[in-house]
Formats: sequence, C-alpha cells, structure tokens
Amino acid sequence: MFEYQAKKLLKEQGIKIPRGEVAHSPEEVYQIAVQLNRPVVLKAQVWLTGRAEKGGILFASSPEEAKQKAQELFGRKIGKFTVEEVLVEEKLAIAHEYFAGLVIDDHVKKPVIVFSSVGGTGIEELAQKDPAKVLRLTVSLSQGIKEFEMRNLLRRRGFQGKLLAQLSATLTKLYTLARQLEARSLEVNPLVLTESGDLIAADCHLAVDDYAVFRHPELPIEVAREFDRPPTPLEKIAYHVEKRDYRGTFYFLQMAEDVSPEDKMIGFHGAGGGGSMMSMDAVLAQGFKLANYCDTSGNPPASKVYRAARIILSQPYLKGYFASGSGAASQEQYHSARGLVKAFLEENLAIPAVIRLGGNYENLAVQILHTYLSRVKGVVEGYGHADSAEYCAQRLAELVEENGFLSHQVSPLVYPDFSRFSYRFSTMTGEVLVDHQACARCQTKGCIKACLAGILTLDQDGRPVLNISPAEAQRGKCTECLACELFCKFHEQEAIYIYLPIPGLEEYRRQIIAFQTRPKGGKN
Amino acid sequence: MAILIDENTRVLVQGITGREGRVRTKLMKEYGTCLVGGVTPGRGGEEVEGVPVFDSVEEAIETQGPVDVSVIFVPASLVKEAALEGLAAGIKMCVLIPDRVPIYDLLEILEMAASKRAHCLGPNTLGLVSPGKALVGMIGGRAERARQWFRSGPVGVCSRSGGMTSAISYYLTEAGLGQSSIVHVGGDAVVGLGHPEIVAIFENDPQTEIITLFGEIGTTQEERVADLVKQGKITKPIVAYLGGKAAKSGTRFSHAGAIIEGGRGSYETKKRCLEEAGVKVVDSIFDFPREVKKRLKTI
Repeated sequence: MFEYQAKKLLKEQGIKIPRGEVAHSPEEVYQIAVQLNRPVVLKAQVWLTGRAEKGGILFASSPEEAKQKAQELFGRKIGKFTVEEVLVEEKLAIAHEYFAGLVIDDHVKKPVIVFSSVGGTGIEELAQKDPAKVLRLTVSLSQGIKEFEMRNLLRRRGFQGKLLAQLSATLTKLYTLARQLEARSLEVNPLVLTESGDLIAADCHLAVDDYAVFRHPELPIEVAREFDRPPTPLEKIAYHVEKRDYRGTFYFLQMAEDVSPEDKMIGFHGAGGGGSMMSMDAVLAQGFKLANYCDTSGNPPASKVYRAARIILSQPYLKGYFASGSGAASQEQYHSARGLVKAFLEENLAIPAVIRLGGNYENLAVQILHTYLSRVKGVVEGYGHADSAEYCAQRLAELVEENGFLSHQVSPLVYPDFSRFSYRFSTMTGEVLVDHQACARCQTKGCIKACLAGILTLDQDGRPVLNISPAEAQRGKCTECLACELFCKFHEQEAIYIYLPIPGLEEYRRQIIAFQTRPKGGKN
Repeated sequence: MAILIDENTRVLVQGITGREGRVRTKLMKEYGTCLVGGVTPGRGGEEVEGVPVFDSVEEAIETQGPVDVSVIFVPASLVKEAALEGLAAGIKMCVLIPDRVPIYDLLEILEMAASKRAHCLGPNTLGLVSPGKALVGMIGGRAERARQWFRSGPVGVCSRSGGMTSAISYYLTEAGLGQSSIVHVGGDAVVGLGHPEIVAIFENDPQTEIITLFGEIGTTQEERVADLVKQGKITKPIVAYLGGKAAKSGTRFSHAGAIIEGGRGSYETKKRCLEEAGVKVVDSIFDFPREVKKRLKTI
C-alpha cells in the first residue's frame, strides 16, 4: 500500500494528515500546488524507506517550481521503482518530530505500541543506544487501550497540556486503526508537531496481515503477499494461478533485480519453507544467484507443479533449474515429477536441471524423471532423500559448467493442434483432450490403468472416455495427475493432451522474448 | 517419558468430518493415539473411523470424559472459534494445524490460553509425535510410515519447518538415534509454544538427553533459546541448524519491528547467540546424526 493510501485511512480514523493530493503528471502537481497556495513538498510514491536520500522528496516554494521539479520526478527510477505517482502536500512548519508505531511482538505475543520522542531516521539505533527514550506499551487484545491510560503513561513521561491530549488521542487511534485493519505493522514517522501546535502524521507505512486480507475488501490490496514492493507482472500471474486452485500451496517471488546474460542465475523450485530455505542456501553456496523463490507444497496436484515450472522458466538467462525440498516429504513425489516432466518437455529444456524429490514414492518419481526426460537437450538428474541438498547443488554446478553456461531462452508457449482432439472434458483448472482417431491404433489401452483416480473407461470402440459425469470431473474427481498424458505420449499414440492455461503468461513471454533479443550487454 | 503427549493422552479432533480431519483421524488412530471423540457442529451422532462425532466440545467432554489435547482441522478463518471453544471447555492444549490463520485471531486465542494456563501448538504445524506412544496432527502422513520414520530414543526434536521435522527425525532414526518427542512448532511469525518453550519442556523430560533444533531466520525464538542456555536454565546439549542464511537482509520492513527485535532475527545474530551459548550449529542437516552421537557419548 502506498503512503497516500495509508494516510487516507489515518484521516478517516481522525488522525490529522497534511493537506494535499496525489498527482499523476506535472500539470496535476501544478494544479494541486495552486490550490494549496503555499510551499509544497513533492513525495514520490514508491515502496521504499529512505526516499529522501534517494531524491524522492523535493520541496518547492511556488506552483511553477513544483511543476518544474515534478518534471524531474515523474518517470525517474528510485531504487527499482519508476515514479508514476507523486503526493503533493503542504510543507509543514516543523517544531518537533516524533515516532509512533505499532507492531506485533512474537515474544509476548501481543501488539506493542512504540513511541519515541525523537523521530526521523536512525530510530532503531536510538532504541538500542538509549532504550529509555523509547516508550513501549503492550496491549491486551481483550482489554484494548483506553485513551486515559495512554494519557497517564505519557504524563508520567513529562508530557502535558494540549500536546499530551493530542498525543494520547493519536496513539490510541493508531491502535484502533491497526486492530480494525488487522495490521502487522503501522508506523507514523515522523509524527510532526507543527509550530502552530498541531500534531500531524507526515508519513505512514501500513502492512496488513496478508492472512486477513480476505476480510478487508475495502483495502486497495491486489496481491495478498508480504512484499516490500509492488508485485512484478510475473508474480501477479503466479498469484492468480494460486488463487484459482486451493489444492496445495504455490508461492512465487522474484528475487533478481537486474539480470544479464552473464549472471550465474538459476530458477529455484522448492517444496516446503524449511526445505526450500536449506536448498537455497545450498545453491547459493555454489556461487549461483537465484532468479526467484518458489514453493509448491502441501500436496499440490501435478498441474500446479507444471504451472509453477512454466512460470519459473519464463525468466530469461537461467543457467540451471534446481528443485529441492526437505528430503522426507509426506506428499507423493510422483505428482511433482509428472508436473516437471510435462513442463520440461513442452519447454524443450536446454539447460540442466537437478531435481531432489526425497519423500514418499521417491524411487518412482526419480524413475519418471529419468525415463521421460532422457530426450530433452538439458541433462535432468533426479535424486532422493539419501542425497543432500548440498550434493545436489554441487551436481548442478558441475552440469552447468559442462553445459558451457548456456542461457535458457524464453520461448513462446506452443500448443498442439487442438482440432484433432475429438473427445474432451474439463478438469478443475484445465481440459483433457483426446484424439480418438489416434486411439484406434492403440494396443495397450494403458491410459485407463495409468489414471490414478480411476475415472476413465473404454467405450464400445475401445477408446478412453469418462466413467463419471463431466461435472464430477470438473469438480476435482480428475485430479490432474497427468499420468494418462505421459503414458500415451511415451508408450502409445500421443493421443492425449492436457491443456492447462496460465492466464497472462503468453503475453508476458512475448515481452520477455523482445527483451531477450535486445543487443547484448543491455541491462534491465 | 516423552513430552506433551503419550499413550495416555486423551485427544479430541475438532473439524473431524472435513477432508483433512478424516484422513488425519485415520492416521492418528492407526498410530495408536487415544482418540476420545470428534466435533463438527451439526454432525453429532456420526462416526469417523469409529470415532464418535459430537456437536460441541462441551458435549464431547460430557459424554466421553476429560480431554487433554484438542487438535484442530477447521479452515483458517474458523480456527479462532474452534480454539476458543476448546479452551473455554477447559482443554489445556490445542494443536492448531491450519496455516494462514489471521494473526489477530491467533493473538486472541493465545491470550485466552494464557488466562486459562493452557498451551497452543501452531498454527501452521504438522503437529507432534512421541514415537511408539502417540501422534497428534498430520506428521508422517501415514501410520505405517510414521512408525518406520520415528523411533523412540533419547533425542528431542524441535523444528520450525514441517518437512524438516520429519527429515531430521528420519535421518536420526536411520543412524540408530531414536527420538523422545518430535515437535513442529509451526512456521508463522507468532506461534504458541515456540523453540524456547519446547526446549524448556525437553529439559525436564527424563527420556530426553539431547535436543536438536531446526531454526529459521525471523522472530527471536532462537536467540531466546540461547538466552535460556546462558542463564543455565537449559543444561542438555543442543545441536541446531539455521535455515535462511541466503535470505536477503537489509530490506528493513518496519522500524517498530526492528526496535522490538532489538537487532535480533537475522541468520548472523542467531548463529552468534547460539554459538556463544555453546550450542553446536551445523551447516547441513546431514551433520545432525554425527554431532548428536558425539555429544551423547560425552555425557
């Protein structure tokens, strides 16, 4: 959430904020400055702390100057953000700056109000050096906080009169707002006392609990993930995959900021938080950089693992693919194996991949990888629980070197000719397509046996059809395990294709392909 | 002995008729856990895996007698209601399995638990197992595998990662090192029983001779374990692994958070604090069996 959005919420709660508005162009900046009719401050709306040092905050004494300075600000890069919105506010006549915030303490397991008589930057250092200057108040959820309690506390700290009344009201309101919005943290820094004696929230940072976002449709939050920056386009695509499919968990986060063909970058695909973290440490120890963090766990279907892999492989310049979890996962590992196989085949993977699938049915999973991926260009090696993440990372480093540090090229999504499939049914997130003409040449009818859910049967002509209603298949009886497609592809007529769309990915890849083909040495 | 649960622990399953509830009831029952009943409002009178279902916790206790532990398998948004019901009925330990429980819901649950002198494990936990005695939650996946992976012995296992809880225990078993109890404290930023609390309970357990810890960056749990060791409150040896060495530090999310943590929470501070306290920090979880064996001999 941006500063101006958080400030609007403060205002609704009755906390004073500077007069001002958001502008999207220098012209709008001029208009707002004219209306304010006094010196203004221009604040670039980016998710960064320390904006001032990075040139994201500028002052102007006239509308003309504001417009001129705004021209410098719009479109400029601050950190990794491009400035698109600028908050134009009256410049405050500052008498004193305080710090006020609320955070959840994992030790006492309660919200804590933090107030410091010194605001601005360097507040953490002050808290460590001189803890007495920082007031902390642990709040009981059942009791809440009363304004008079706050007032007594501040009075004992030497505050009095109008300032005391204003401070206790503001801090109490901050807690009320944080509780109402279910904020993991809410900070006002600085909380400004003006020369005319008003207490005004000059800046605000709000982080709402992403587990509670579903209860707050009123908030302008697009992707409920704890990012410290706006989500990237690829992260949005991934988030929508997760949102449509409650089976298992899929989490995707891009980590690399500037990528270039020279980077020793890998696509990372973990399973489970702890195992993923351990596995990331192992690949980084081999001198790799991570393009992304990804976690598919909690027993996801093969289709979800497939989509995760295709999203990971939408990132350019990867030198390798590393998938690794805890080593003793309770979920059936062949689902992950099949998802990866389908993705790598369709991708025609040219970079090496090391897949560590320790856990339930790991031998079968490794066998699936080795059997079905022996023909792709990149070497794919599968490992089980007996091989450590460290060893697997070392194998990847060796394979990448043997491969001459070849970069992964993002390619357009390619689908087979859909018109040849005469039989089809919908699944929870996709469609199973069967070429019944090709089925006529089939000897084994192995897809029936391969189907883990047992929802296929042969019709009178010996072709696979559903033995349940299409509605049941769509509700989830077809588990999207991909076993029928892979069996048919490798042992029979390639008559089955499972279409698993990823909305937005085709367009995204077009842009990446254009970026990839720019002259060498170009930076993002 | 073991900690928190054993063969005599009477367990209630809240949300027993749901998808997870059913599957895990089967797991727990087959493992030998003493399941006294289940609760799903509106489904009283049914049975799941031979376990009677009641409309409320109160009714379950009235009919079946006292309950020691309630394990909760309801959707995240309903966890608060279920946990408060269990605590209000006098249950002294709730195991909160679901992930994505809203943090203020959790804080309310924990406040209620504290006022009732009760404990919560989780949320976002696979649960816990005292090998050969009882299993609560979903750890191991299937009873047969849980019996094969987890064996009774002297090592206490405590982890913030579910997958790694099983993995560490499995590698210990393979090396001939059994476990007293295996506890997944849950992966969230705030949890009920955390590393410091569990380690303190292991300290008082006669069966436990050594403790293994899987820590992660974030929160102050590992540093607080180090504090306990330094204060002499923990005397049993600890071997720890810390995940997240690679995570980017420097993205300071919140000033207030930093003030509360007081410079704690990062990989470096955790490692330094633990090592200063004399805790062995290993670089790979494959080192656990070797380092545990070394210390078991020297006792």
